[in-house]
Amino acid sequence: MYQYDEIDQRIVDERVAQFRDQTRRFLAGKLQEDEFRALRLRNGLYIQRHAPMLRIAIPYGILSSRQLRKLASIARTYDRGYGHFSTRQNLQLNWPRLEDVPEILAELATVQMHAIQTSGNCVRNITTDHFAGVAPDEIVDSLVWSEILRQWSTFHPEFTYLPRKFKIAISGSPADRAATGVHDIGLMALRNDAGEIGFRVLVGGGLGRTPIVGHVIREFLPWRHLLTYIEAILRVYNRYGRRDNLQKARIKILVKERGPEAFRDEVDAEWAHLENGPATLTEQEVARVAERFTRPPYETLSDEPVQIKGTGPGFGAWLKRNVHPHRVPGYAAVTLSLKKTGVPPGDLTDAQMDAVADLADRYSFGELRVTHEQNLVLADVRQRDLHEFWIEAKGVGLATPNVGLLTNIIACPGGDFCSLANARSIPIAEAIQRRFDDLDYVFDIGELDLNISGCMNACGHHHVGHIGILGVDKNGEEWYQVEIGGSQTRVPGAPAALGRVIGPSFSAEEVPAAIERLIEVYLERRDSDAERFIDVVHRIGVAPFKERVYGNPGERRQNRDRQLAAA
Amino acid sequence: MATLVKDDRIAIDSWQLLEGGAARWLTVGEDGLVADFAAEADLIAPLALLKVRGEELLGRAGRTGVLLEPNDDPAAIAEILDQLSLVAVRFPKFGDGRGYSTARLLRERYGYEGELRAVGDVLRDQLLFMKRSGFDSFSLRDDQDPGEAIAAFGEFSEEYQASNTQPQPLFRRRYSHAARVG
Repeated sequence: MYQYDEIDQRIVDERVAQFRDQTRRFLAGKLQEDEFRALRLRNGLYIQRHAPMLRIAIPYGILSSRQLRKLASIARTYDRGYGHFSTRQNLQLNWPRLEDVPEILAELATVQMHAIQTSGNCVRNITTDHFAGVAPDEIVDSLVWSEILRQWSTFHPEFTYLPRKFKIAISGSPADRAATGVHDIGLMALRNDAGEIGFRVLVGGGLGRTPIVGHVIREFLPWRHLLTYIEAILRVYNRYGRRDNLQKARIKILVKERGPEAFRDEVDAEWAHLENGPATLTEQEVARVAERFTRPPYETLSDEPVQIKGTGPGFGAWLKRNVHPHRVPGYAAVTLSLKKTGVPPGDLTDAQMDAVADLADRYSFGELRVTHEQNLVLADVRQRDLHEFWIEAKGVGLATPNVGLLTNIIACPGGDFCSLANARSIPIAEAIQRRFDDLDYVFDIGELDLNISGCMNACGHHHVGHIGILGVDKNGEEWYQVEIGGSQTRVPGAPAALGRVIGPSFSAEEVPAAIERLIEVYLERRDSDAERFIDVVHRIGVAPFKERVYGNPGERRQNRDRQLAAA
Repeated sequence: MATLVKDDRIAIDSWQLLEGGAARWLTVGEDGLVADFAAEADLIAPLALLKVRGEELLGRAGRTGVLLEPNDDPAAIAEILDQLSLVAVRFPKFGDGRGYSTARLLRERYGYEGELRAVGDVLRDQLLFMKRSGFDSFSLRDDQDPGEAIAAFGEFSEEYQASNTQPQPLFRRRYSHAARVG
C-alpha cells in the first residue's frame, strides 16, 4: 500500500490540529451550528439518530493489518466494539462522542489514516476495483492513479464548496468492478492504438433520487492530462451546477439540463486553458507514487488445482464463490464475507477485525481491501494455503460462501441508525437471508445482486441491484418498493443498467415472499444454469415477474395449490 | 463595521461600496439626473453599474473597484482589469463556492494582480481556501474574531495542488526538494 512521506503525514497531522480547534470553538459557542456542520461533515462526522456517526476514510479501500488493528482498538475504546463497512469502501462508527472525535482522528493519524472529505459538498473518497493490482485482466494498477487523485483532491481550494458531493471512481480493467457508470466522474483505463495509456471519461452518472448512467465525454484522455481535465469538469460544475435546489445540485442534473454534448463542449473550452498547465502529470510523479506502494514479495510458484477431496463439506462451495483469480501464479484473492445471516451487512466486531488482521499478516502480506459490496478481500493468498485459511476464516464467521449470490446483500445502515432513512434496511436483509437459508438453493439460483437502500439517497445502490429494494415512507409507515433488472456491470463492455419498479410497494413482512416469487419465475424461465436472473429479466422483460408477484387472487391461489401439490 | 484582513494582517479599509445596488445609481432622480459619485473616494461598484457608468467612475480622481456576484462572469471585466484597483467577490453564503473559481480565473486566466477581496459571508474557516484561490484581502463577517481569523492562514504548511500561493503543484516541487536534500 501507499506509504506516506513526511509531507503527507504533516498534512494529516495538521488536519487533526485544525479539527481539534474547530471542535473546541464549537463547544465554546464560537461557531454556529450550521457553520460547524459544514466543517465536521468534511471530516466525516454526522449527528445521527442516536449519536454522532464518524465515517473514516479508507482511501480506495486499501488497509494494512496495522491500520485494521487500530480501527479495532478505536471501535473498542470509543465505540461499542464494532464498525460498519460502507458501499464507498469506508468504515463508519455509529456511537462515538463528539468530544472524542479529535482524539480518534489523532489516533488514526498515527497509522496514516484520516476522515478527510468523507462527507460534505466536496470530492469524496476515490473508489476503485477491489482487485486492483492483482486482477489478471487489468490494464493499469488503478491504486496508483487513485492515490494521485487522492492527493489532488485533498483540500483542493477551488473545489471544497461544490454545489453537492462529488464521487469519482476509477477502473484499471475493462471488467468494471468499480461501477464507474454510476459516479459523478467515472474513469476507465484503456490503451489506444499506439499502446499509450489513457482513460475513458464518463460524467454525470449517479444513483439517488434521479438515477442516471454516466455519459462518455471523452473516449481517450491521455494519462498526463488526467488532473487538468478533471479540473475543467469540476470548474464547469462549480460555476454552473444548481445551488437553488439540493435535489438538483448533483453534476448529473447539470449534464442532463445542458445535454451531454453541450456539457462536453463547455468542458473542452475550459480545458483549452488548463491543458498542459502545471497540473499536467509527469512520468516522474507516476513512478514516484508507484514506488511508494509496498508490493508483496511473491514467491515463484505455479498454479495448481486445489484439492477439494477429503476437505469436508463447504470448502468446495467457498472455493467456487469466494476465491478469485490472481495475476501471479500460485496465488489467489479471497473474499471474507461480511454477509452472514443475522449480522447486519458490512458489520465487523473489534475481535473480528483483530482476527482478520492476523489472517492478513499470516496469509496475505499484511494487507486487505474493502469492497463496495461491503466485504473484505485478502488479495494475495497462496493457493496451497487456501484450505487452512478457510478453516480459520470459518472459525471467525467470515467464510460464508455467498459472494455474488442472493444472500450477499448490499444494505445501507437504514432507519436503525441513519437519520435520513425512510425505512429500516438491516431487518429486511436479515428476513431475506433467513428465507433463503438453504445454501444449495442459493447456489442453484446463481449469481444475483440484491441491494437494499433505506431511502432515495440510495447508499445501498438499489438501482443497480439485479433485485433492488427501496424503503419508502407512507403516512409514517415503512414500505418497500421492489425493482428488477439493474446491474452495476462486471462484464466487459456492458454498461451499467438501472432497475425498473415492478409495482406497488410491500410491507416489511411481505418482502421475502415477493422476492421468492421473483426467483420462482426466474427458475422456471431460465434456459440453462448459465442464464442468470438478470439475463432472464433482460430477455423476457418485467411483465412475467410482475404477474407472478401481484397476479390476481385466483391465480395466486392456484400457484399456492400447485406448490403444495409439488411439495 | 467589518474587519478587513489584508496580506494576513488587520488593515484599514479605504474602500466604500456603492450601496443600494446598481439600480440606485442608475435611476434618474427628480432633478432629471443620476446621483453623482464622490470624486475623491475609493468606490466599489456593482458590475451592472460599472457597465453603464464605467467611464465616469474610472475618470474620477478616486480609485475604482468592482463587485462581482457569484454568477458574474469575470470575463466581463477582463478588458478593464488594468484600470481597476480592486475586485471584490461576494460570498452570499459561506457554502456557496463559486467565488473560488472566480478568483482563480481572475488570477490565472486574466492575469489580475491587484487587490482581490472576499466580501459577504466570509468566515475564518474558509480563509485559507480563499487565499489559495487567489484572494489577498478579506472583509470578515462582523462576528468574526480577527485574531483567530489570521491564525487560519497558518493551519497548513503544505498543499498538494497548484494554486495561487503555490503556482507549482507539490508533485513538481517534491523533486527539487529531494534534490536539495539529496
